[in-house]
Parts: sequence; C-alpha cells; structure tokens
Amino acid sequence: MSETALSVQDLRIELTSGEAVVEGVSFSLAPGRVLGLVGESGSGKTTTALALLGYTHPGVRVVGGTISVAGQAVTGRRESAVRTLRGRLVSYVPQDPASALNPSVRVGDQIGHMVRTHAPERDVDTEVTRALELVQLPTSTTFRRRFPHQLSGGQQQRVAIAAALVCRPSVAVLDEPTTGLDVVTQSRLLAELEPLRRELKLAIVYVSHDLAVVASIADEIAVMYAGRVVEQGPAATVLREPRHPYTRGLLTSVPDPHEPRHLRSIPGVAVGVGERPAGCAFAPRCPQRTAICETEAPPLEPVGDTRHVACFEWSRTPSLSVEARVPGALIGRETAPLLEVERLRAEHKGRDGTVLAACDVSFAVAGGECVALVGESGSGKTTIARCVAGLHPPADGRILLDGAPLAPLAGRRALAARRRIQIVFQNPNDSLNPRHRVAEAIARPARVLRGLSRRQADDEVRTLLERVRLPGRLAQRFPGELSGGERQRVAIARALAAAPDLIVCDEITSALDVSVQAAVLEVLEALRAQLGLALLFITHDLGVVASVADRVLVLDRGFVCEEGAVGPLLEAPDHEYTQRLVAAAPTLRA
Amino acid sequence: MSTIALKLRFVRSGSGRVGVAGSLLILALVLFGPFFAPHDPAAIAGIPLQRPNGAFVLGTDALGRDVLSRILWGGRSIVSLSLLATVLAYLVGTAIGLVAGYSRSMVDALLMRAMDVLLAVPPLLFLLVLATGAGRSKVVLVAGVATVHVPSIARIVRSATQEVSVRGYVEAAVARGERTAAVLRREILPNILGTVLADGGVRLTASIIILAAVNFLGLGLQPPAADWALMISENRDGITLQPWAVAAPALLIAFLTIAVNLTADAVARSLGTSTERKRVAR
Repeated sequence: MSETALSVQDLRIELTSGEAVVEGVSFSLAPGRVLGLVGESGSGKTTTALALLGYTHPGVRVVGGTISVAGQAVTGRRESAVRTLRGRLVSYVPQDPASALNPSVRVGDQIGHMVRTHAPERDVDTEVTRALELVQLPTSTTFRRRFPHQLSGGQQQRVAIAAALVCRPSVAVLDEPTTGLDVVTQSRLLAELEPLRRELKLAIVYVSHDLAVVASIADEIAVMYAGRVVEQGPAATVLREPRHPYTRGLLTSVPDPHEPRHLRSIPGVAVGVGERPAGCAFAPRCPQRTAICETEAPPLEPVGDTRHVACFEWSRTPSLSVEARVPGALIGRETAPLLEVERLRAEHKGRDGTVLAACDVSFAVAGGECVALVGESGSGKTTIARCVAGLHPPADGRILLDGAPLAPLAGRRALAARRRIQIVFQNPNDSLNPRHRVAEAIARPARVLRGLSRRQADDEVRTLLERVRLPGRLAQRFPGELSGGERQRVAIARALAAAPDLIVCDEITSALDVSVQAAVLEVLEALRAQLGLALLFITHDLGVVASVADRVLVLDRGFVCEEGAVGPLLEAPDHEYTQRLVAAAPTLRA
Repeated sequence: MSTIALKLRFVRSGSGRVGVAGSLLILALVLFGPFFAPHDPAAIAGIPLQRPNGAFVLGTDALGRDVLSRILWGGRSIVSLSLLATVLAYLVGTAIGLVAGYSRSMVDALLMRAMDVLLAVPPLLFLLVLATGAGRSKVVLVAGVATVHVPSIARIVRSATQEVSVRGYVEAAVARGERTAAVLRREILPNILGTVLADGGVRLTASIIILAAVNFLGLGLQPPAADWALMISENRDGITLQPWAVAAPALLIAFLTIAVNLTADAVARSLGTSTERKRVAR
C-alpha cells in the first residue's frame, strides 16, 4: 500500500520554558498497520501521541515539524479547525477507561455523541449499533442505557474504543489501553483489535511501556527515550535483534512466564525533561558509551534495510541473550517452615453484608523461599497478605511463625514477631510518608523494632540504601523528590531495617514500568542470595512469578485452585483457570 | 522549591499583598496603639458626643470618653479573643476528628453524632444560651465561639484522616506495632494539616464577626470595657450628633475582616496551586 494514513515529520514539542519534551520524531504508518510506541515514563510517548490529535497539555506546545493524517495537516491549524479532524480522521483511547468516560452519561449516549458531533449526516442509532458490534459488546437498549460504573473495566475500555471508532477514523491512538486490566481481559482486547484494523483499514498507534504487550500486536516499533526515537523498525526484528542498547535493556527487563529468566535492568534512572545531557541522553546509563556520546547526540540513521537506530556504537550492542533461571535454586535443603498458614478464612464486612475474601487457604513458606500468590483482582491475594502482616484479622484459621501461632493483629503480636515479618505495599506513591525524609522512614523500624540508637540507625540507613542500590545522598530527600522505582526501593529498605526473616511483597511492582520493575526484582533477588530472606510475593503477573518465585499458589475467588513449584506449574498447568492465565500472559516469544 | 518560598508564595499575588499589609497594620495598631492613647480609655474626659476637634481627634462618646483612646485600646479584645477561640477550636476539633476518623468504631459514631447535634444549633442562639447560663466572662466567650467551629473542623479532619489512614505508610506503622498516638501524630497529622488549615483564615474571620456580633448584642464583653463592637452598640443612639464614635470602630472591624480574609484567600490559593503543580509534574 503506497498511501499513508499517518505521517509525522521532525516533530518538536517544547515546554513553554523552551525545554524540549519531544525532538526530531518522524514516522509514517500505512492503513491497517500498527505502530508500537514504546518507552519508559517521561520518554515523551504520550505527549507525542496526543500531538497526533493536534492536542498538547497546558504548558506544552508543538513548535516544529508536521503531522498529517490521511493527507490532512494537523499541525499549523487553528484549534477549531483541528477539532473537526478529531474523531473523524484521528481518535484517541486514553489509558484509564474509568476516568475517560463521563460517569453521569449513559454509554450509548457517549458513543452517540461522537456521531452527532463529528458525523451529523449519519444515523446515530445505526452507527452506535455498528460500533458496539465492532468491539463485541451487546447492542441491546438495556446495555446502552447503562452508566460507566455499571460495566467492568474491560467493558469500559471497549466502550471507549467504540466511541473512538464510531466515526470510522483513519488513525486510532491507543494510550496504554490495557494497563488497568487483568491479563485475561487484556489478551482478549488485544485479539479483538486484530480484525478491526484488517476490516476497517485502521492504522493504530499503540503506546505502551511493555514490550511484551506491544510484541503481540505491533507491526512496527518505535522505541522512545528522552523525547527522541532511538530505534525504529519492523516489530519482529527489533524484538529479536535490538541494535540500540536501550532497546536491548528494555527487552532483558521483560519477564516471561514461559521461560523463567533472570531479569537484567538498565542501570540508572530515566532522565526527566530539562535534565537531559548534552550528548546522547542515554549515555549516562549506557555500557558502550564513548567520548563522542557525551558531546554529540547521535542522529537516527538507517541500519540495514528497514531499521533506524540512533547510536554511534550500535554495532557493538551485544546480541540478545536470555539468562535462564532455575526456580528454587536459592533455597537451602530441608529447612523447616518459617511461616505456616493453616485453613485461613478471611472476610470483608461491609454495609451490604460479608464478602468472602479467602477460604480454606493453607500454605507454608520455608526460610529463604519465595512463594508467590497469583490471581486476578478480587482473588483474595492481598487480603491474605494483610492477614500475614497482621493488618486484617482472619475470620478463621491460624498463622504460625516458627510453629508458634501469631495474634491476629500486629498490635497484639510480640515485638520479635512484628520484627521478623515485614510488608511492602503496592502503591509507591503512598507507601512512604511524604512528610518524612528517606533517612527517617528507614531509621524508624530499626529503632522501634531493633532498639537501635539514633547513631546506629543512621549507619544502618546508609548500609540499607546501598543494599537496595540507591545512592546515599537520597537519604536526605523527601519521597516526593523520588521516582516510583526509587520509592519502592526505599520501602524495601524500610522493611529490611527491621532485619526481617520474611518480607510480604504486595504487588510491589505493578505500578512500575517494566524496566523499573526489573531493577526492583533484581534487588530482591540479590537480597535473597545475600540475606537468605524469605518472600511472600503477591502478584497478578505470571511473568514476574517466573522471574522471582520458587513455589506458586494460584487463587481464584478466594480459593487455592493450584499449587506447586514454579517451573512445572507454568509449563503444564493442571487447573483450567491457571491454563487460562498462562495462555493470556503476554510474552515476547512469537 | 524550598519550604520557605512555598510558605511565602501567597505574598506574591496582589490581593495577598494588600491583605498581609492590612493585617500587619491592624496588628501594629492593636499591639502598640495603647501606648499612644492620649487619654485613659475609661475616663470621662470631656463633654459627651463632641465632634472631632483640636482636643479630641475623633471626638467623644456618649459618656464623654475620648473615642481615639478607646479605638486604640478597643482592638485588643476582639483580635486576641478571636485568635484564641480559633486556635482552641482547631485543637479540640482536630483531636476529635483524628480519633473519630481513625477509630472506625462506636467511638466514631458517638463523636460524630455529638458534632451533628452541635451543628444543628444556630451559633448566636447557642452563645445566647451560654451567656445566660454560664455568665459573661472572657473564658465563656472564647469557649463558646470555639464550640461553634469545632463540629465543622472535626468533620473535615475526620474525612481527611479516613483518607490518609489507609495509605501504605500508615499501615506500615501499624504493622510494626506503633502506638495509636504515635501513628496519629507522626504519620497522619502532618499529612492532613494542609487540608485542615486551608480554611483557617476564613474561620478566623468568622470568629471576628461572631465575637463582634455577640459584643454588640451585649452578650459578651460588658461596659466599661473598650471594645470596637461594644463602642458601636454604646454610641449608636448618638449617631446623628457624633457619627465618628460609631463609624470609626465599624470601619476598623470591616478593615480587620477584609484584611484577614484577603490574606486567608491568598494562602488557600497558594496551597491549592502548590498541590496542583505537583500533580502536573508527576
């Protein structure tokens, strides 16, 4: 196909202060093709995506380059002129469907509104029906009269996609559309995009930080770092033979449920807008940088027939290699169980009665072992973790530490028991007190639970920051001045400050980018090897399980449906539910 | 941005500057004014209801006391009592809200229903009953005005506490067995303070207005005390003969409330923008 649906030339977007957010981005896309726009938070991928609709966030503006959709220029027009293009030629599906849909408008009306605004000549009812059919939602009046909160997350996202497609645009921009969804829904949605682009000749720009997700849908991939495209080419070759060290780092960060592997993260932290170095923005994190990298930014140049890479030293990028991991290798032999959970039953009492969160759950964690609890949201895994940490009183059953039963609530437990079990929470934004400096946050458990003096605790803070691979100067910072990955590592250091035997990790990487997740998991792996720590690892991601855990329990609506060693269980799951989870997990394998 | 710059950002807006300047002016008047008073504020210095003249810059009041001297003395009571009442209201309201919001048990229900009952009584009616029952001392006055504010402060603190108490850092503190008092003071209080104090200035204004009203109605401070609101009430019969005895204190009360309000608005705005900026930066 010679026609192009989307063409971007030398796009430059700046903050009003003049600092570049996006520079020199060019790509084009033929109808029916999918471009995966990949990068970490702050790489400029969402800013680029929004610019395709002629929109920028307040304080940001497009200062150079051209964007055209189906032959029509988006750049250099007045807002009112651009507005007529949106919906008809190019449309947008935002990340969080719950906040993308207006909560007080019925879903049918929300989709219909697009038709009324952008294609008033068409019949609203037929168009809405067609759009709902496209995304495989019911077309009945009852469904259309529902409000967004009456739908599941997957349905909400489908409605958002239906609204984006109802006016039959040439280009759809999907900004991390599956991030908030569980794996099964995610894989179904990704599969449903396939016929859309074939039948509608829809060109899709798919924005994501997760290469495994992009791998399953994209024809082409553009990897962005610090506002520039650093590597671009056909998806299969980019994923198999990355030429830019950053792309390679992203790929070695992706966990895979089908082949347990050691994750290798990219050292350092992604640079933010305004702190980009003079030369190549990736140079400070790059293992193969030379003198020129620090003074001159490498241009995006063709490498081979189809590929473009922005790296002076691309030929030295080592080929992709996977370090296979043997689950269970870190556990000593015949260790007595450290933690035992016996016939645990947990409930949530609400105004509308009691909801069962976990039923008849029994498992044990040996010293130095990592046991994963896996399940979708609502499977009860977090409640079990909270019971172990003494934050939620079990309705029935016992929790034993070294054979001695634990009190249901932490406040009633002996000091030693509180010290030996620590918990790290899911959300990096609220796991640290924003009013306490990092040093204070880490020193507190050491003083309260181990009785260290102020001076001893200060020394401990330095050691612990080193343990979690953070520079010592972060000790005097407030959490607001740290990135999500740094905060989560501080939270791990805070747990370590108690010198625990077991750390309960409650979805600690689910809010992080894949590359940052790899760094956090690497730290945990090293800690297990050094300190013989046991982990109770709560996650919904089977890939993560394969990379960290020794044994795994699969939970479905509060019940354990399968349990076993990680390797065999992921390779040949017995239970139907586990099979579905494993099949739906994103993977880099073609 | 440094903490000090953040705290002083509100001075940057135009209305904020006017408010701060006005508040400082009134504060200076209240603190140092009495040293410049030409007469004893309680002494009868001349013929009643004289218009401003060479001997009495603002004239004399209904009893023949010097209006200027009474003005210079009369701000102390209203400024100090309203400040005291507001601070007391915050102390009590915050304590009740923290306990109610964190306990999530019968304690919460009992405390908040008690607050609802207080909220249902009109402020002036409440103060009237209080003055009749408990006498008209300054202690009763401060306690009464504070009680008017306590329920709404407790409600705000309670909901802010509920929001914060499910955060990871609070749960981490609970899991390591910190005492409840330590959790409230170290983990929760510092994080709700911004929200809670955001309307502190508006409450101070309200305290000033309530106090002025109560004094004007004769339910608060008693003659011969020099107090702006009391002056309005004492001299209103002679307003045609000597308008300055009423106008001067009335203007000062208005000036005080406007200055405090402008400052409070600017502070609240700067708190708002600072949190918003952080969100955009994320």
